[in-house]
Amino acid sequence: MNAAADSAGGRLVRLAETGRAPLRFFLDAVAHEALAGDTVLSAVLSVAPALRRSEFGPESRAGFCLMGACQDCWMWREDGPRLRACSTLVTDGMRLLSDAPGDWP
Amino acid sequence: MSAAAPRVAIVGAGPAGARAAEMLVAAGLTPVVIDEGARAGGQIYRRPPPGFTRPPGKLYGSEADKAVALHVAFDTMAAAGRLVHHPASSVIAIAEGRLLVLDEAGSRWIGYDSLILATGAMDRVLPVPGWESAGVFTLGAMQIALKAQGAALGRRLALAGTGPLLTLLAAQLVEAGAEVAAVLDTTPLRRQFAGLAGLAARPGVALRGLALRRRIAGLYHAGARLERIEADARGPVAVHWRDGAGRAQRTACDAVGLGWHLRAETRLADLAGCDFAFDETWRQWLPQADETGRARPGLYLAGDSVRILGADGAEIAGRLAAAACLADLGLPAPDCAADLRRLGRMSRFARGLAAAFPWPAEAAATAPDETVICRCEGVTAGALRGSVAMGGDEINRAKALGRVGMGRCQGRYCEPAAAEIVGRAAGRHDARAAGRLRGQAPARPAPVGALLSTPPES
Repeated sequence: MNAAADSAGGRLVRLAETGRAPLRFFLDAVAHEALAGDTVLSAVLSVAPALRRSEFGPESRAGFCLMGACQDCWMWREDGPRLRACSTLVTDGMRLLSDAPGDWP
Repeated sequence: MSAAAPRVAIVGAGPAGARAAEMLVAAGLTPVVIDEGARAGGQIYRRPPPGFTRPPGKLYGSEADKAVALHVAFDTMAAAGRLVHHPASSVIAIAEGRLLVLDEAGSRWIGYDSLILATGAMDRVLPVPGWESAGVFTLGAMQIALKAQGAALGRRLALAGTGPLLTLLAAQLVEAGAEVAAVLDTTPLRRQFAGLAGLAARPGVALRGLALRRRIAGLYHAGARLERIEADARGPVAVHWRDGAGRAQRTACDAVGLGWHLRAETRLADLAGCDFAFDETWRQWLPQADETGRARPGLYLAGDSVRILGADGAEIAGRLAAAACLADLGLPAPDCAADLRRLGRMSRFARGLAAAFPWPAEAAATAPDETVICRCEGVTAGALRGSVAMGGDEINRAKALGRVGMGRCQGRYCEPAAAEIVGRAAGRHDARAAGRLRGQAPARPAPVGALLSTPPES
Protein backbone atom coordinates (compact mmCIF):
# COMPACT_ATOMS: atom_id res chain seq x y z
CA MET A 1 0.00 0.00 0.00
CA ASN A 2 1.52 3.31 -0.89
CA ALA A 3 1.40 6.47 1.16
CA ALA A 4 -0.44 8.56 -1.34
CA ALA A 5 -3.35 6.34 -2.26
CA ASP A 6 -4.53 5.07 1.11
CA SER A 7 -6.62 8.09 1.95
CA ALA A 8 -8.68 9.84 -0.66
CA GLY A 9 -8.32 13.51 -1.43
CA GLY A 10 -5.61 16.10 -1.14
CA ARG A 11 -4.78 18.52 1.65
CA LEU A 12 -3.76 21.57 -0.39
CA VAL A 13 -6.38 24.29 -0.85
CA ARG A 14 -5.90 26.62 -3.80
CA LEU A 15 -6.73 30.19 -2.76
CA ALA A 16 -5.43 32.13 -5.78
CA GLU A 17 -3.65 31.81 -9.14
CA THR A 18 -6.10 29.20 -10.40
CA GLY A 19 -6.13 30.51 -13.99
CA ARG A 20 -2.87 28.77 -14.92
CA ALA A 21 -2.69 26.21 -17.71
CA PRO A 22 -3.51 22.65 -16.63
CA LEU A 23 -1.04 19.82 -17.11
CA ARG A 24 -1.05 16.11 -16.43
CA PHE A 25 1.25 14.13 -14.12
CA PHE A 26 1.26 10.58 -12.79
CA LEU A 27 1.39 9.61 -9.12
CA ASP A 28 1.96 5.90 -8.58
CA ALA A 29 0.87 5.33 -12.21
CA VAL A 30 -2.44 7.17 -11.79
CA ALA A 31 -2.99 10.29 -13.93
CA HIS A 32 -3.86 13.56 -12.16
CA GLU A 33 -4.16 17.19 -13.15
CA ALA A 34 -1.94 20.00 -11.85
CA LEU A 35 -1.35 23.61 -12.90
CA ALA A 36 1.72 24.97 -14.69
CA GLY A 37 3.95 26.51 -12.02
CA ASP A 38 2.96 24.05 -9.30
CA THR A 39 5.81 22.56 -7.37
CA VAL A 40 5.78 18.78 -7.23
CA LEU A 41 4.74 19.19 -3.60
CA SER A 42 1.74 21.35 -4.48
CA ALA A 43 0.72 19.07 -7.33
CA VAL A 44 0.84 15.90 -5.22
CA LEU A 45 -0.73 17.40 -2.10
CA SER A 46 -3.61 18.74 -4.19
CA VAL A 47 -4.62 15.14 -4.90
CA ALA A 48 -3.14 13.17 -1.96
CA PRO A 49 -2.60 13.78 1.78
CA ALA A 50 1.09 12.88 1.71
CA LEU A 51 4.15 12.62 -0.53
CA ARG A 52 5.79 9.49 0.81
CA ARG A 53 6.08 7.09 3.72
CA SER A 54 8.51 7.73 6.57
CA GLU A 55 11.43 5.28 6.62
CA PHE A 56 11.59 5.37 10.43
CA GLY A 57 8.00 5.40 11.64
CA PRO A 58 4.46 4.45 10.72
CA GLU A 59 3.46 7.92 9.59
CA SER A 60 3.52 9.32 6.09
CA ARG A 61 5.25 12.58 5.19
CA ALA A 62 4.02 15.67 3.37
CA GLY A 63 7.00 18.03 3.54
CA PHE A 64 7.80 20.33 6.43
CA CYS A 65 9.81 23.48 5.64
CA LEU A 66 9.16 24.03 1.89
CA MET A 67 12.53 25.81 1.59
CA GLY A 68 14.97 22.99 1.01
CA ALA A 69 16.25 22.74 4.58
CA CYS A 70 14.43 19.78 6.15
CA GLN A 71 14.77 17.16 3.36
CA ASP A 72 11.35 15.73 4.30
CA CYS A 73 9.87 15.90 0.80
CA TRP A 74 12.10 13.64 -1.30
CA MET A 75 10.08 11.59 -3.81
CA TRP A 76 11.03 9.11 -6.47
CA ARG A 77 10.68 9.40 -10.22
CA GLU A 78 9.76 6.28 -12.12
CA ASP A 79 12.93 6.62 -14.18
CA GLY A 80 15.16 6.51 -11.12
CA PRO A 81 16.42 9.79 -9.68
CA ARG A 82 14.86 11.31 -6.59
CA LEU A 83 13.75 14.91 -6.35
CA ARG A 84 12.96 17.40 -3.59
CA ALA A 85 9.26 18.05 -4.11
CA CYS A 86 9.23 21.55 -2.58
CA SER A 87 11.83 22.98 -4.92
CA THR A 88 11.06 21.15 -8.18
CA LEU A 89 8.34 22.33 -10.55
CA VAL A 90 6.02 19.65 -11.87
CA THR A 91 6.20 19.16 -15.64
CA ASP A 92 3.71 17.75 -18.10
CA GLY A 93 3.90 13.97 -18.17
CA MET A 94 6.10 13.69 -15.03
CA ARG A 95 5.84 10.24 -13.45
CA LEU A 96 6.26 10.20 -9.64
CA LEU A 97 6.33 7.47 -7.02
CA SER A 98 5.42 7.86 -3.34
CA ASP A 99 7.52 4.84 -2.42
CA ALA A 100 10.90 3.47 -3.51
CA PRO A 101 10.84 1.59 -6.82
CA GLY A 102 10.99 -2.19 -6.44
CA ASP A 103 14.69 -2.45 -7.26
CA TRP A 104 15.75 0.19 -4.69
CA PRO A 105 18.40 -1.42 -2.43
CA MET B 1 43.42 46.61 -14.74
CA SER B 2 46.84 44.95 -14.65
CA ALA B 3 46.20 42.22 -12.08
CA ALA B 4 43.18 39.97 -12.45
CA ALA B 5 40.11 41.38 -10.70
CA PRO B 6 39.50 39.75 -7.31
CA ARG B 7 36.91 37.00 -7.36
CA VAL B 8 34.18 37.54 -4.75
CA ALA B 9 31.63 34.80 -4.16
CA ILE B 10 28.32 35.49 -2.40
CA VAL B 11 26.20 32.64 -1.07
CA GLY B 12 22.53 33.65 -0.91
CA ALA B 13 20.48 36.07 -3.02
CA GLY B 14 18.09 37.33 -0.36
CA PRO B 15 18.14 40.91 0.92
CA ALA B 16 21.70 40.60 2.32
CA GLY B 17 23.26 38.81 -0.64
CA ALA B 18 21.57 40.99 -3.25
CA ARG B 19 22.63 44.27 -1.60
CA ALA B 20 26.16 42.98 -1.10
CA ALA B 21 26.31 42.12 -4.79
CA GLU B 22 25.04 45.56 -5.71
CA MET B 23 27.81 47.31 -3.81
CA LEU B 24 30.50 45.09 -5.34
CA VAL B 25 29.11 45.70 -8.82
CA ALA B 26 29.16 49.45 -8.18
CA ALA B 27 32.86 49.08 -7.33
CA GLY B 28 33.49 47.44 -10.71
CA LEU B 29 33.71 43.81 -9.57
CA THR B 30 31.74 40.91 -11.05
CA PRO B 31 30.61 38.83 -8.07
CA VAL B 32 29.48 35.24 -8.38
CA VAL B 33 26.14 34.75 -6.57
CA ILE B 34 25.15 31.19 -5.67
CA ASP B 35 21.60 30.78 -4.42
CA GLU B 36 19.22 27.90 -3.72
CA GLY B 37 16.21 29.83 -5.00
CA ALA B 38 15.07 29.62 -8.59
CA ARG B 39 14.85 33.42 -8.62
CA ALA B 40 16.64 35.98 -6.43
CA GLY B 41 14.78 37.40 -3.42
CA GLY B 42 15.41 34.94 -0.61
CA GLN B 43 12.60 33.56 1.51
CA ILE B 44 11.04 36.82 2.67
CA TYR B 45 10.90 38.31 -0.82
CA ARG B 46 10.46 34.95 -2.53
CA ARG B 47 8.89 35.16 -5.97
CA PRO B 48 6.32 32.78 -7.45
CA PRO B 49 7.29 30.87 -10.60
CA PRO B 50 6.76 32.64 -13.94
CA GLY B 51 3.10 32.86 -14.98
CA PHE B 52 1.66 33.83 -11.60
CA THR B 53 -0.32 37.05 -11.64
CA ARG B 54 -0.93 38.41 -8.11
CA PRO B 55 0.59 41.90 -7.84
CA PRO B 56 3.44 42.58 -5.36
CA GLY B 57 1.06 44.31 -2.94
CA LYS B 58 -0.81 41.04 -2.55
CA LEU B 59 2.37 39.02 -2.07
CA TYR B 60 4.42 41.25 0.19
CA GLY B 61 1.88 43.64 1.79
CA SER B 62 3.50 46.71 3.34
CA GLU B 63 6.91 45.49 2.16
CA ALA B 64 6.00 45.33 -1.55
CA ASP B 65 8.10 48.33 -2.61
CA LYS B 66 11.20 46.93 -0.90
CA ALA B 67 10.66 43.51 -2.47
CA VAL B 68 10.24 44.91 -5.98
CA ALA B 69 13.26 47.21 -5.58
CA LEU B 70 15.41 44.25 -4.56
CA HIS B 71 14.19 42.05 -7.42
CA VAL B 72 14.69 44.76 -10.01
CA ALA B 73 18.16 45.66 -8.73
CA PHE B 74 19.30 42.05 -8.86
CA ASP B 75 17.69 41.15 -12.19
CA THR B 76 19.13 44.27 -13.82
CA MET B 77 22.67 43.37 -12.75
CA ALA B 78 22.25 39.75 -13.82
CA ALA B 79 20.81 40.69 -17.22
CA ALA B 80 23.67 43.11 -17.87
CA GLY B 81 26.28 40.50 -17.00
CA ARG B 82 27.51 42.58 -14.06
CA LEU B 83 27.27 39.52 -11.83
CA VAL B 84 27.24 35.76 -12.41
CA HIS B 85 24.09 34.19 -10.97
CA HIS B 86 23.89 30.47 -10.16
CA PRO B 87 20.25 29.87 -9.14
CA ALA B 88 18.90 26.58 -7.78
CA SER B 89 22.42 25.78 -6.57
CA SER B 90 23.66 24.73 -3.13
CA VAL B 91 27.12 25.20 -1.70
CA ILE B 92 27.76 21.87 0.02
CA ALA B 93 31.43 22.15 1.02
CA ILE B 94 34.19 24.73 1.37
CA ALA B 95 37.86 24.01 0.79
CA GLU B 96 40.70 26.52 0.82
CA GLY B 97 39.49 29.19 -1.59
CA ARG B 98 36.95 26.92 -3.29
CA LEU B 99 33.23 26.20 -2.98
CA LEU B 100 31.73 22.86 -3.96
CA VAL B 101 28.48 23.76 -5.70
CA LEU B 102 25.67 21.28 -6.35
CA ASP B 103 22.91 21.79 -8.87
CA GLU B 104 20.64 19.57 -10.93
CA ALA B 105 23.43 18.85 -13.42
CA GLY B 106 25.96 17.72 -10.82
CA SER B 107 28.68 19.36 -8.75
CA ARG B 108 31.69 21.54 -9.49
CA TRP B 109 34.24 23.70 -7.73
CA ILE B 110 34.10 27.48 -7.93
CA GLY B 111 37.17 29.37 -6.74
CA TYR B 112 37.09 32.65 -4.82
CA ASP B 113 39.38 35.21 -3.24
CA SER B 114 36.75 36.66 -0.86
CA LEU B 115 33.57 35.02 0.39
CA ILE B 116 30.36 36.62 1.66
CA LEU B 117 27.93 34.23 3.34
CA ALA B 118 24.31 35.42 3.41
CA THR B 119 22.57 32.12 4.01
CA GLY B 120 19.54 33.38 5.93
CA ALA B 121 17.57 31.59 8.59
CA MET B 122 14.91 28.95 9.07
CA ASP B 123 12.04 28.42 11.50
CA ARG B 124 13.04 27.34 14.99
CA VAL B 125 10.77 24.52 16.06
CA LEU B 126 9.74 23.13 19.44
CA PRO B 127 8.94 19.43 19.06
CA VAL B 128 5.42 18.62 20.23
CA PRO B 129 4.09 15.05 20.45
CA GLY B 130 2.56 14.36 17.04
CA TRP B 131 4.60 16.92 15.10
CA GLU B 132 6.08 14.12 12.97
CA SER B 133 2.78 13.44 11.21
CA ALA B 134 2.09 14.51 7.64
CA GLY B 135 0.31 17.85 7.65
CA VAL B 136 2.47 19.51 10.30
CA PHE B 137 4.61 22.23 8.73
CA THR B 138 6.71 25.19 9.78
CA LEU B 139 5.10 28.63 9.77
CA GLY B 140 7.60 29.55 7.07
CA ALA B 141 6.36 26.65 4.95
CA MET B 142 2.79 27.89 5.22
CA GLN B 143 3.88 31.36 4.19
CA ILE B 144 5.86 30.02 1.23
CA ALA B 145 2.85 27.96 0.08
CA LEU B 146 0.71 31.07 0.21
CA LYS B 147 3.21 33.46 -1.37
CA ALA B 148 4.80 31.28 -4.02
CA GLN B 149 1.92 28.90 -4.82
CA GLY B 150 -1.27 30.76 -3.83
CA ALA B 151 -2.28 27.86 -1.61
CA ALA B 152 -3.07 26.85 1.97
CA LEU B 153 -1.62 23.59 3.25
CA GLY B 154 -4.95 22.49 4.76
CA ARG B 155 -8.63 23.30 5.01
CA ARG B 156 -8.51 24.33 8.66
CA LEU B 157 -5.18 25.53 9.99
CA ALA B 158 -3.92 25.77 13.56
CA LEU B 159 -0.84 27.95 14.04
CA ALA B 160 1.39 27.74 17.11
CA GLY B 161 4.68 29.20 18.26
CA THR B 162 5.82 32.70 19.00
CA GLY B 163 7.37 35.69 17.26
CA PRO B 164 6.42 38.15 14.56
CA LEU B 165 5.84 35.56 11.83
CA LEU B 166 3.06 33.89 13.84
CA THR B 167 0.89 37.01 13.77
CA LEU B 168 1.88 38.07 10.26
CA LEU B 169 1.18 34.67 8.72
CA ALA B 170 -2.16 34.34 10.49
CA ALA B 171 -3.28 37.73 9.15
CA GLN B 172 -2.04 36.89 5.63
CA LEU B 173 -3.86 33.55 5.60
CA VAL B 174 -7.12 35.07 6.84
CA GLU B 175 -6.91 37.81 4.25
CA ALA B 176 -6.28 35.27 1.47
CA GLY B 177 -9.41 33.35 2.46
CA ALA B 178 -7.91 30.43 4.37
CA GLU B 179 -9.69 29.11 7.44
CA VAL B 180 -7.52 29.66 10.53
CA ALA B 181 -8.82 27.73 13.55
CA ALA B 182 -6.57 29.24 16.21
CA VAL B 183 -3.32 31.16 16.71
CA LEU B 184 -1.56 29.82 19.80
CA ASP B 185 1.24 32.03 21.10
CA THR B 186 3.29 30.33 23.81
CA THR B 187 4.36 33.72 25.19
CA PRO B 188 2.11 35.29 27.84
CA LEU B 189 1.14 38.92 27.23
CA ARG B 190 3.02 40.14 30.32
CA ARG B 191 6.24 38.74 28.85
CA GLN B 192 5.50 40.40 25.51
CA PHE B 193 5.27 43.76 27.29
CA ALA B 194 8.75 43.19 28.71
CA GLY B 195 10.22 43.65 25.23
CA LEU B 196 8.45 46.96 24.59
CA ALA B 197 11.47 49.12 25.36
CA GLY B 198 13.45 47.48 22.56
CA LEU B 199 10.51 47.53 20.17
CA ALA B 200 10.34 51.32 20.51
CA ALA B 201 13.51 51.45 18.37
CA ARG B 202 11.29 50.92 15.32
CA PRO B 203 7.86 52.27 16.32
CA GLY B 204 6.38 51.96 12.83
CA VAL B 205 7.16 48.25 12.63
CA ALA B 206 5.85 47.68 16.17
CA LEU B 207 2.59 49.47 15.31
CA ARG B 208 2.17 47.40 12.13
CA GLY B 209 2.51 44.29 14.29
CA LEU B 210 -0.18 45.52 16.65
CA ALA B 211 -2.51 46.27 13.73
CA LEU B 212 -2.01 42.73 12.43
CA ARG B 213 -2.74 41.38 15.89
CA ARG B 214 -6.07 43.23 15.88
CA ARG B 215 -7.02 41.55 12.59
CA ILE B 216 -6.77 38.10 14.17
CA ALA B 217 -8.12 39.17 17.56
CA GLY B 218 -10.73 36.44 17.91
CA LEU B 219 -8.29 33.70 16.96
CA TYR B 220 -5.25 34.74 18.99
CA HIS B 221 -4.42 33.19 22.37
CA ALA B 222 -1.39 34.37 24.34
CA GLY B 223 0.27 32.20 26.97
CA ALA B 224 -0.86 28.93 25.38
CA ARG B 225 0.90 25.72 26.32
CA LEU B 226 0.96 23.00 23.64
CA GLU B 227 0.34 19.47 24.83
CA ARG B 228 0.11 17.39 21.67
CA ILE B 229 -1.06 17.17 18.08
CA GLU B 230 -3.73 14.52 17.74
CA ALA B 231 -3.38 12.78 14.37
CA ASP B 232 -4.82 9.84 12.46
CA ALA B 233 -3.33 8.01 9.48
CA ARG B 234 -4.06 10.97 7.23
CA GLY B 235 -2.64 13.70 9.44
CA PRO B 236 -3.59 16.15 12.19
CA VAL B 237 -7.10 16.04 13.65
CA ALA B 238 -6.70 18.51 16.52
CA VAL B 239 -4.25 20.41 18.69
CA HIS B 240 -4.52 19.88 22.45
CA TRP B 241 -3.34 22.85 24.48
CA ARG B 242 -3.84 24.70 27.76
CA ASP B 243 -4.89 28.30 27.78
CA GLY B 244 -3.35 31.05 29.90
CA ALA B 245 -5.59 30.06 32.82
CA GLY B 246 -4.48 26.42 32.57
CA ARG B 247 -7.74 25.10 31.13
CA ALA B 248 -7.51 22.17 28.70
CA GLN B 249 -8.50 23.11 25.14
CA ARG B 250 -8.89 21.10 21.93
CA THR B 251 -8.86 22.84 18.56
CA ALA B 252 -9.95 20.76 15.57
CA CYS B 253 -7.80 21.25 12.45
CA ASP B 254 -6.30 19.31 9.55
CA ALA B 255 -2.95 21.08 9.38
CA VAL B 256 -0.62 22.65 11.94
CA GLY B 257 2.02 25.33 11.47
CA LEU B 258 4.82 25.60 14.06
CA GLY B 259 7.54 28.20 14.55
CA TRP B 260 9.33 29.90 17.43
CA HIS B 261 11.06 32.81 15.78
CA LEU B 262 14.08 31.95 13.65
CA ARG B 263 17.26 29.95 13.74
CA ALA B 264 20.29 31.21 11.82
CA GLU B 265 21.54 28.97 8.98
CA THR B 266 25.18 28.75 10.04
CA ARG B 267 26.44 25.53 8.47
CA LEU B 268 28.65 27.17 5.85
CA ALA B 269 30.06 29.66 8.37
CA ASP B 270 31.04 26.62 10.43
CA LEU B 271 32.66 24.88 7.44
CA ALA B 272 34.51 28.13 6.67
CA GLY B 273 36.07 28.01 10.13
CA CYS B 274 34.19 30.77 11.97
CA ASP B 275 34.25 30.92 15.75
CA PHE B 276 30.86 30.59 17.45
CA ALA B 277 29.45 31.97 20.69
CA PHE B 278 26.21 31.24 22.48
CA ASP B 279 23.94 34.29 22.27
CA GLU B 280 21.74 34.57 25.34
CA THR B 281 19.17 36.82 23.66
CA TRP B 282 18.47 34.57 20.71
CA ARG B 283 19.40 31.47 22.71
CA GLN B 284 21.43 29.94 19.93
CA TRP B 285 25.02 29.62 18.77
CA LEU B 286 25.97 32.32 16.29
CA PRO B 287 29.14 32.80 14.24
CA GLN B 288 31.34 35.63 15.39
CA ALA B 289 32.10 38.68 13.26
CA ASP B 290 32.74 42.37 13.78
CA GLU B 291 29.91 44.88 13.36
CA THR B 292 30.45 45.03 9.58
CA GLY B 293 30.21 41.24 9.34
CA ARG B 294 33.93 40.58 8.94
CA ALA B 295 34.75 37.19 10.44
CA ARG B 296 38.33 37.55 9.20
CA PRO B 297 39.86 39.27 6.18
CA GLY B 298 38.38 37.50 3.15
CA LEU B 299 35.36 36.03 4.98
CA TYR B 300 32.21 38.05 5.67
CA LEU B 301 28.80 37.17 7.15
CA ALA B 302 25.63 39.11 6.46
CA GLY B 303 21.94 38.97 7.25
CA ASP B 304 19.95 36.58 9.38
CA SER B 305 22.67 33.93 9.18
CA VAL B 306 24.79 35.93 11.62
CA ARG B 307 22.36 38.37 13.35
CA ILE B 308 18.61 37.82 13.15
CA LEU B 309 17.45 41.32 12.27
CA GLY B 310 14.94 40.58 9.51
CA ALA B 311 14.91 41.80 5.93
CA ASP B 312 15.60 45.51 6.50
CA GLY B 313 18.55 44.71 8.72
CA ALA B 314 19.78 42.17 6.18
CA GLU B 315 19.90 44.77 3.38
CA ILE B 316 22.06 46.99 5.60
CA ALA B 317 24.25 44.08 6.69
CA GLY B 318 24.78 43.09 3.06
CA ARG B 319 26.06 46.55 2.20
CA LEU B 320 28.31 46.63 5.27
CA ALA B 321 29.82 43.24 4.49
CA ALA B 322 30.52 44.26 0.90
CA ALA B 323 32.12 47.50 2.07
CA ALA B 324 34.35 45.59 4.49
CA CYS B 325 35.26 43.20 1.68
CA LEU B 326 36.17 46.08 -0.66
CA ALA B 327 38.25 47.79 2.02
CA ASP B 328 40.18 44.56 2.71
CA LEU B 329 40.83 44.18 -1.02
CA GLY B 330 42.31 47.67 -1.02
CA LEU B 331 39.50 49.06 -3.15
CA PRO B 332 37.58 52.27 -2.47
CA ALA B 333 34.61 51.59 -0.18
CA PRO B 334 31.73 53.94 0.58
CA ASP B 335 31.35 55.53 4.00
CA CYS B 336 29.22 53.27 6.18
CA ALA B 337 28.60 55.44 9.22
CA ALA B 338 24.89 55.89 8.45
CA ASP B 339 24.39 52.18 7.82
CA LEU B 340 26.16 51.32 11.06
CA ARG B 341 23.80 53.64 12.96
CA ARG B 342 20.80 52.04 11.26
CA LEU B 343 22.11 48.58 12.07
CA GLY B 344 22.37 49.57 15.74
CA ARG B 345 18.70 50.55 15.75
CA MET B 346 17.76 47.26 14.02
CA SER B 347 19.74 45.35 16.65
CA ARG B 348 17.96 47.06 19.54
CA PHE B 349 14.61 46.26 17.94
CA ALA B 350 15.55 42.65 17.22
CA ARG B 351 16.76 42.09 20.77
CA GLY B 352 13.48 43.55 21.99
CA LEU B 353 11.62 41.07 19.78
CA ALA B 354 13.72 38.17 21.03
CA ALA B 355 13.01 39.21 24.62
CA ALA B 356 9.30 39.70 23.94
CA PHE B 357 8.87 36.35 22.15
CA PRO B 358 11.24 33.92 23.86
CA TRP B 359 12.12 30.37 22.92
CA PRO B 360 10.31 28.15 25.48
CA ALA B 361 13.48 26.49 26.78
CA GLU B 362 11.77 24.90 29.76
CA ALA B 363 9.11 23.22 27.60
CA ALA B 364 11.88 21.85 25.35
CA ALA B 365 14.00 20.59 28.25
CA THR B 366 11.02 18.83 29.83
CA ALA B 367 9.47 17.39 26.63
CA PRO B 368 7.66 14.12 27.46
CA ASP B 369 9.74 11.00 26.78
CA GLU B 370 7.46 9.91 23.92
CA THR B 371 8.00 13.16 21.99
CA VAL B 372 9.84 12.61 18.72
CA ILE B 373 12.81 15.02 18.79
CA CYS B 374 14.56 13.99 15.57
CA ARG B 375 11.83 14.20 12.97
CA CYS B 376 14.06 12.71 10.25
CA GLU B 377 14.60 9.40 12.02
CA GLY B 378 11.92 9.32 14.72
CA VAL B 379 14.28 9.41 17.74
CA THR B 380 12.35 10.29 20.91
CA ALA B 381 13.18 12.50 23.88
CA GLY B 382 13.35 9.36 26.02
CA ALA B 383 15.92 7.77 23.70
CA LEU B 384 17.94 10.98 23.67
CA ARG B 385 17.95 11.05 27.49
CA GLY B 386 19.15 7.43 27.32
CA SER B 387 22.07 8.53 25.12
CA VAL B 388 23.03 11.10 27.73
CA ALA B 389 23.01 8.39 30.39
CA MET B 390 25.40 6.33 28.24
CA GLY B 391 27.95 9.15 28.20
CA GLY B 392 26.44 11.53 25.64
CA ASP B 393 26.44 14.58 27.89
CA GLU B 394 27.59 16.76 25.01
CA ILE B 395 25.45 17.09 21.90
CA ASN B 396 27.96 15.63 19.41
CA ARG B 397 28.44 12.56 21.59
CA ALA B 398 24.68 12.26 22.07
CA LYS B 399 24.41 12.37 18.26
CA ALA B 400 26.98 9.61 17.85
CA LEU B 401 25.24 7.43 20.41
CA GLY B 402 21.61 8.09 19.58
CA ARG B 403 21.50 9.61 16.07
CA VAL B 404 19.71 12.84 17.03
CA GLY B 405 21.14 15.34 14.54
CA MET B 406 22.40 12.66 12.16
CA GLY B 407 19.34 12.57 9.92
CA ARG B 408 18.86 14.24 6.58
CA CYS B 409 18.17 17.73 7.95
CA GLN B 410 21.52 17.44 9.80
CA GLY B 411 20.14 18.78 13.04
CA ARG B 412 18.62 21.93 11.62
CA TYR B 413 15.20 21.26 13.18
CA CYS B 414 16.03 19.07 16.20
CA GLU B 415 19.14 20.77 17.58
CA PRO B 416 17.54 23.64 19.55
CA ALA B 417 15.32 21.28 21.56
CA ALA B 418 17.88 18.47 21.66
CA ALA B 419 20.45 20.83 23.19
CA GLU B 420 18.01 21.81 25.93
CA ILE B 421 17.29 18.15 26.68
CA VAL B 422 20.95 17.12 26.68
CA GLY B 423 21.91 20.10 28.86
CA ARG B 424 19.17 19.28 31.37
CA ALA B 425 19.72 15.52 31.39
CA ALA B 426 23.43 16.04 31.95
CA GLY B 427 22.55 17.88 35.15
CA ARG B 428 23.33 21.34 33.86
CA HIS B 429 20.70 23.90 33.45
CA ASP B 430 20.84 25.04 29.90
CA ALA B 431 21.49 24.39 26.26
CA ARG B 432 24.82 26.19 26.22
CA ALA B 433 26.38 23.41 28.33
CA ALA B 434 25.40 20.85 25.67
CA GLY B 435 27.57 22.57 23.06
CA ARG B 436 26.62 22.78 19.40
CA LEU B 437 26.53 20.26 16.59
CA ARG B 438 29.71 20.42 14.51
CA GLY B 439 29.02 21.16 10.87
CA GLN B 440 29.85 18.43 8.40
CA ALA B 441 30.09 18.52 4.63
CA PRO B 442 28.04 18.04 2.55
CA ALA B 443 25.85 20.82 3.95
CA ARG B 444 22.95 19.39 1.93
CA PRO B 445 22.37 15.77 0.93
CA ALA B 446 24.15 15.11 -2.36
CA PRO B 447 23.84 12.17 -4.75
CA VAL B 448 27.03 10.10 -4.73
CA GLY B 449 27.06 10.25 -8.52
CA ALA B 450 27.20 14.05 -8.43
CA LEU B 451 30.25 13.94 -6.15
CA LEU B 452 32.11 11.22 -8.10
CA SER B 453 31.88 13.20 -11.29
CA THR B 454 33.05 16.55 -9.88
CA PRO B 455 35.38 18.11 -12.45
CA PRO B 456 38.48 19.97 -11.22
CA GLU B 457 38.14 23.69 -10.49
CA SER B 458 37.42 25.74 -13.57
